[in-house]
Amino acid sequence: MRIIVCAKQVPDTNEVRIDPVKGTLIRDGVPSILNPDDANALEAALQLKEQVGNAAVSVLSMGPPQASYMLRECLAMGADDAYLLSSRAFGGADTCATSTTLAAGVRKIGGADIIFAGRQAIDGDTAQVGPQLAQRLGLPVVTYVQKIRSVSEGKAVVERQLEDGYEVIEVKLPCLLTCVKELNEPRYMTVRGIVEAYEKEITVWNEKDVALDPAQCGLNASPTQVHRSFTPPQKGKGKMLSGSISEMAAQLVGELNEKHLL
Amino acid sequence: MIFSEKHQLIRKLVRDFCEKELTSEILDEVEETGVFPQEIQDKMAKAGFYGIKIPREYGGQGADNLAYVIMLEEICRVSPVASLYANSPNSLSGGPILLSGTPEQLEKYLRPCVTGEKMLAFALTEPGAGSDAGGVATTAVPDGDYYILNGRKTFITMAPLADYAVIYAKTSPEKGTRGISAFIVDMKAPGVSFGKPEKKMGLIGCATSDIILEDVRVHKRDMLGAVDKGFSNAMKTLDGGRLGVAAQSIGVAQGCLDEAVRYAKERKQFGRPIAKFQAISFMIADMATKLAAAKELVYNAAVLKDRNDPQAGMYCSMAKLFASEVCNEIAGQAVQIHGGYGFTKDYKVERFYRDCRVFTIYEGTSQVQQMVISGQLLK
Repeated sequence: MRIIVCAKQVPDTNEVRIDPVKGTLIRDGVPSILNPDDANALEAALQLKEQVGNAAVSVLSMGPPQASYMLRECLAMGADDAYLLSSRAFGGADTCATSTTLAAGVRKIGGADIIFAGRQAIDGDTAQVGPQLAQRLGLPVVTYVQKIRSVSEGKAVVERQLEDGYEVIEVKLPCLLTCVKELNEPRYMTVRGIVEAYEKEITVWNEKDVALDPAQCGLNASPTQVHRSFTPPQKGKGKMLSGSISEMAAQLVGELNEKHLL
Repeated sequence: MIFSEKHQLIRKLVRDFCEKELTSEILDEVEETGVFPQEIQDKMAKAGFYGIKIPREYGGQGADNLAYVIMLEEICRVSPVASLYANSPNSLSGGPILLSGTPEQLEKYLRPCVTGEKMLAFALTEPGAGSDAGGVATTAVPDGDYYILNGRKTFITMAPLADYAVIYAKTSPEKGTRGISAFIVDMKAPGVSFGKPEKKMGLIGCATSDIILEDVRVHKRDMLGAVDKGFSNAMKTLDGGRLGVAAQSIGVAQGCLDEAVRYAKERKQFGRPIAKFQAISFMIADMATKLAAAKELVYNAAVLKDRNDPQAGMYCSMAKLFASEVCNEIAGQAVQIHGGYGFTKDYKVERFYRDCRVFTIYEGTSQVQQMVISGQLLK
């Protein structure tokens, strides 16, 4: 069984500050990490490999050369090999161009029985790349996977997380699943894994290697343009009321009166 | 020192692990009960801490001394006692076997030790043989295919928890240090018993006790190395162990510095954070500078050891001497900055202060390191 995991290197948003004037992220000195949902995707792939035995897990990413550090982390967790799509031509890509590039990477690897992706990246929060990639590869996709019930006989049965419950979905392989953090607890790397990760080669491909025209890549192929970004002003702290409906209504009216809003 | 990506990733692994697993609640419980959770020991073994610098062919992880130092530093920054478990298989437990073990001994004793299945203690010290390790009085007398061991080992880390111990005993009492041999002894063998765990000042959660040997029969295939060659095995093992204590020292010192900085910014007196007073801020500047110097010494000693440099042993002694002394100084100042609160168990520095006290003592006191260093220079 061939398994591909799509992963992204992102700035650790816990440590990112926002320039209040320019409205952009201050990335200086901010560590780059494996996107958290992608760690869940990798864990799912590694568990599946352990379960079926005869399987190989490849990790695929698009990003600058430094993203190889994140890919070594994936290898140290247990991935078999790693591919990095890296070229100036890929720069400035929105989700549309990113998924075109990743799709070309998946084809070049030779396709997969299952592709795992994180639900979304913490730097953009779009949750678009996974489904778009499935679309470009003509694969069925299940998003927000919170549990994998079974993978066998050419199909997977998974639970899809909803706000107030979940759906049980059976999907034919090959398919793409996007993973949420409830799916699993990502494992630690091992020291041996780290040592061996640096004994392996990471395959780096540019647009020519994956047979893409520069016009299909990066900024050239990105219909989304950022018009303006800004930090919304802090809202005041909300207040929760409790009690029966009529008590809460009375409290609310009282408070609004107090502030001369009624 | 500028670290390679590989070493940075190892640091990240250990730091993430300690942040998630070694929570204050768990560490407080260890302090109260004196018991270190098996679950965390298993997780440390699984992450590869136990065999970090042991070659892969013996079940280890195949990283180097620099990786080993980074691991101990990061663990000690959070929990010095946890570092004893991760250190031991790489150092005093695994070391003697790695140095002198036969292929069968490596397989039987080293592998389960580095995978965390078995625990092995290093038993050299005796009531009358501390810094003067050659004064070992435990005897091993041949009897057919066996040796009969008698004696008492003291201050043996992990003794009551251990499955096996490497025991150093006199096989040729008339020959002094050239008459000592090493044996791997099963701690369940008839005639083996333990003293009461010592009531230690610090490093609570890893029992230390005596091992008492009364007519213990050890098969000659469990002799480690050649007859009468045990002393050099012990000394070489301790040589490696010194680097470990040096690494523990910079870790604890970093933990103390972190706490001191945080506290100095929070604590207000005379209407402002105490960090705004030069008396405190200069103290912190000196602590950080001494720590930075100690770190470079320790990392350098590790790199020399990885290169098999003939000076490595002396530099390990220097690193241990300097780092452990500086660590005690920094821990003392961290307590001072905390004032009365630093004297209570509610703050981390109180435990750090007690835990690091032994760093200038065990695996060769500061004075023994001075003997080693001056001996090298003046020979």
